[in-house]
Amino acid sequence: MNPSTLPQFLLRNALEFPGAPAMRKKDRGIWQEWSWAEYCDHVRAIALGLVRLGFKRGDKLAALSDNRPQLYAALLAAQAAGGVAVPLYQDAIARELSFVIEHADAKFVLAEDQEQVDKLLELKASLPKVEKVFYVDPKGLRHYADPILMPLEELGKSGQALAAERPELFEELVAAGRAQDIAVISYTSGTTGTPKGAMLSHANYLAAVSGVLEVERIERSDEILAYLPLAWIGESFFSLGLTLVVGLTVNCPERPETVLENLKEIGPQIVIAPPRIWENLISAVQVRMEDASWLKRSLYRALLPEGEEAARREMEKQPLSPGLRLRRALGEFLVFAPLRDRLGLRRARYAYTGGAPLGPEVFLFFRGIGLNLKQVYGQTETTGIGWVQRDGDVKLGTVGKPYPNVEMRVSEAGEVLSRGPAIFVGYYKNPEATAQTLRDGWLQTGDAAMLDPDGHLIVIDRVKDVTTLTDGAKFAPQFIENKLKFSPYVKEAVAVGQGRPCVVAMINIDMENVGKWAERRSIAYTTYADLAQKQTVYELIGREVERVNRDLPEATRIRKYVLLHKELDPDDNEVTRTRKVRRGFVASKYADIIDALYSEAPSVAVTTTITYQDGRQATLSTELAIRSAGAEFAATASA
Amino acid sequence: MTRSGPALLEIRSVSKHFGGVHALADVGFDVRAGEILSVIGPNGAGKTTLLNCISGVFHPEGGQIRLDGAEINGLRPSRVAAHGVARTFQNIALFRGMTVLDNLMLGRHLHMRNGVLSSLAYWGPARREEVAHRKVVEDIVDFLEIEAIRKQPVGSLPYGLQKRVELGRALASHPKVLLLDEPMGGTNHEEKEDMARFILDVNDEWRTTIVLIEHDMGVVMDISQRVVVLDLGRKIAEGSPADVRADSQVIKAYLGTKATR
Repeated sequence: MNPSTLPQFLLRNALEFPGAPAMRKKDRGIWQEWSWAEYCDHVRAIALGLVRLGFKRGDKLAALSDNRPQLYAALLAAQAAGGVAVPLYQDAIARELSFVIEHADAKFVLAEDQEQVDKLLELKASLPKVEKVFYVDPKGLRHYADPILMPLEELGKSGQALAAERPELFEELVAAGRAQDIAVISYTSGTTGTPKGAMLSHANYLAAVSGVLEVERIERSDEILAYLPLAWIGESFFSLGLTLVVGLTVNCPERPETVLENLKEIGPQIVIAPPRIWENLISAVQVRMEDASWLKRSLYRALLPEGEEAARREMEKQPLSPGLRLRRALGEFLVFAPLRDRLGLRRARYAYTGGAPLGPEVFLFFRGIGLNLKQVYGQTETTGIGWVQRDGDVKLGTVGKPYPNVEMRVSEAGEVLSRGPAIFVGYYKNPEATAQTLRDGWLQTGDAAMLDPDGHLIVIDRVKDVTTLTDGAKFAPQFIENKLKFSPYVKEAVAVGQGRPCVVAMINIDMENVGKWAERRSIAYTTYADLAQKQTVYELIGREVERVNRDLPEATRIRKYVLLHKELDPDDNEVTRTRKVRRGFVASKYADIIDALYSEAPSVAVTTTITYQDGRQATLSTELAIRSAGAEFAATASA
Repeated sequence: MTRSGPALLEIRSVSKHFGGVHALADVGFDVRAGEILSVIGPNGAGKTTLLNCISGVFHPEGGQIRLDGAEINGLRPSRVAAHGVARTFQNIALFRGMTVLDNLMLGRHLHMRNGVLSSLAYWGPARREEVAHRKVVEDIVDFLEIEAIRKQPVGSLPYGLQKRVELGRALASHPKVLLLDEPMGGTNHEEKEDMARFILDVNDEWRTTIVLIEHDMGVVMDISQRVVVLDLGRKIAEGSPADVRADSQVIKAYLGTKATR
């Protein structure tokens, strides 16, 4: 029988290549490995343990953990027992968690460690449906007496006992699974309103995987590093879906802070990262180059533009002159290959960016150093896939073409619609939202886009975010923001202009890089707010704003900007867990600042309430300076 | 949650003076196995002197200090350490140019059996021993969540992290008694909370008996089972955090006599 659910693929892998590596996690400084047979044994033990506790077909297991083999085993175990996996964002705060766990009707919850257990115990009263909380890491939990808690190991032991009594049970349970069963409920953070639980069936995952396999060459010996939250569809597509179907090896980093180091150690063939990570990598390179020796820095500065120029010409399908070829080859030898190696990207056959648009400069940088970076575009509701740039046909500023098994079109209103076997089943317990999003089988993505003459899709922004100035000029805030964020000194930016005469921007400086920049110039600072309000920092960011303005049409240039006193934070509802700006909320929260930006005021006073990790709140008050873009330039020009 | 047992460390009428100054006068109390005991007191009360007497840096002129029944006063610091006492310092004693890992491995030095000669031959027993020690150290790295800085030189780390590494260095010798001299001094709010959690976890996970000197009263009252209060070299109170807080002598020592009027 052909496997048609993810656990059925697990059984197949354990049977066909039992000794091959399935999972690795760095622990005690050493990469510890599970073979497919071991992976399957763990899943069997947990699945039967769940059955013993009364887990039935259709029941839900929510999970709150960093990527680690036990997390994958528990999610697959729930699916093996006919249930549904509900991965949660591990940095979610109490309020969000209680909504999602309660809404998902989770019967059991997996918690990684004491920190997550504490969050759940605090919410216990609001989670009457949760019967047990399993934990992976017992550190600090020895004296917790709450009967709702149970070590995952104990659950596994109980499952092993059941396996000994009824050796066929696990295989029977897995065989009973159907492709149409719901595999995962993926809660989309959404830039508006409460989260919605997108139900994805096993068939959705398999369709998404087969779409990708028609386009890309992915092999069983390939490795990936799984470091993004499994609650994000991109990660669950790769490290659950693709991995099980193809038989790849998933590597889990030692800790979230060691991801870059672990990336270098593993050198994965397939790399998937949201723009934030690519931007971080570029910032790290730029900062390191600032501190590098004169020779290294000069080579980097001389050869990087050559690599970028070659990449640009290739993307525009223009011929490369022999001289440029030579200079790129030299760059590859002296700079690019060592740099890719440094970053752990040397073996990467495919590198993907998705989840949000990536600035063209960042994109060009990575293609310039010889990385096959490609844009993918999809939604949670399309199991993460949809459109991808094809090898040898990568066009800057587009997201490529649809996968072969996805039907796509752009509506008259300019919205991307898609249809096909990877489109989700619907939102859990939310038929209204489902009806709004799925019309005649077509998914209304809510993204404004257009097709270029070659059939490549250009995504502009969310349909509702495309902004019109009073003079009728239209612009996509995200486009301007991404240009700003290309600077290593800008962490986040919000461009505003709806119903206003011009564009203004609120900017978050990047504490780490601006901090280093300030240290090199012996500028003393205390806090984030203090650093952001330094005159010199305003000048630094002012130059970045001018750089961005040079590439923008006159009508939609940034006229004024302000450096915010705090970072936009998902805990304050300002950005989603995947770091997308919640525009409506930010606009109302910072209405005072925005009004000041459109006035003649030289500064604006703000008091903000910030929420700490543990839910406590504190108020900060600061005076924020407001600057006109190009003010310094104008002043010197008129002098 | 009293998990403490019989007296592990007995301090009996210990006195120490420098010239005419009585740094410690007739101080005595028991530290029970498995407890977290805090020693508090105003500046100059003799807290660090007491820690120095226990760890063998100073030798008290009078009194006895016994660990597990064995007399340890008068021993050199290295001998005291061999009896199972480890400590951290107010102003961090680590090798700044060496990596975190190397500093922690040094903390295992006490348990290293191979001499210079066998260590020169990398293979064989010396290597096996190295691997075993590395495992202990990696457990500590995992415990203190410092994986990401394993290979960084200590000197390049923020202060709060250095404090954590120093705790790790002390833990590496698997002590029976851990003396912590202001482990939260100079750290920010978040680092304090982390450190408090680590101290509780150490006590919990390894049953390590802990003697803590700390200025932050909030932390002391939260995490210690018992508190000893010193003032001008004398013990003025001993008991549970609640008892000590209510003690009139303690209030007087901290707030001055006029505050009681």
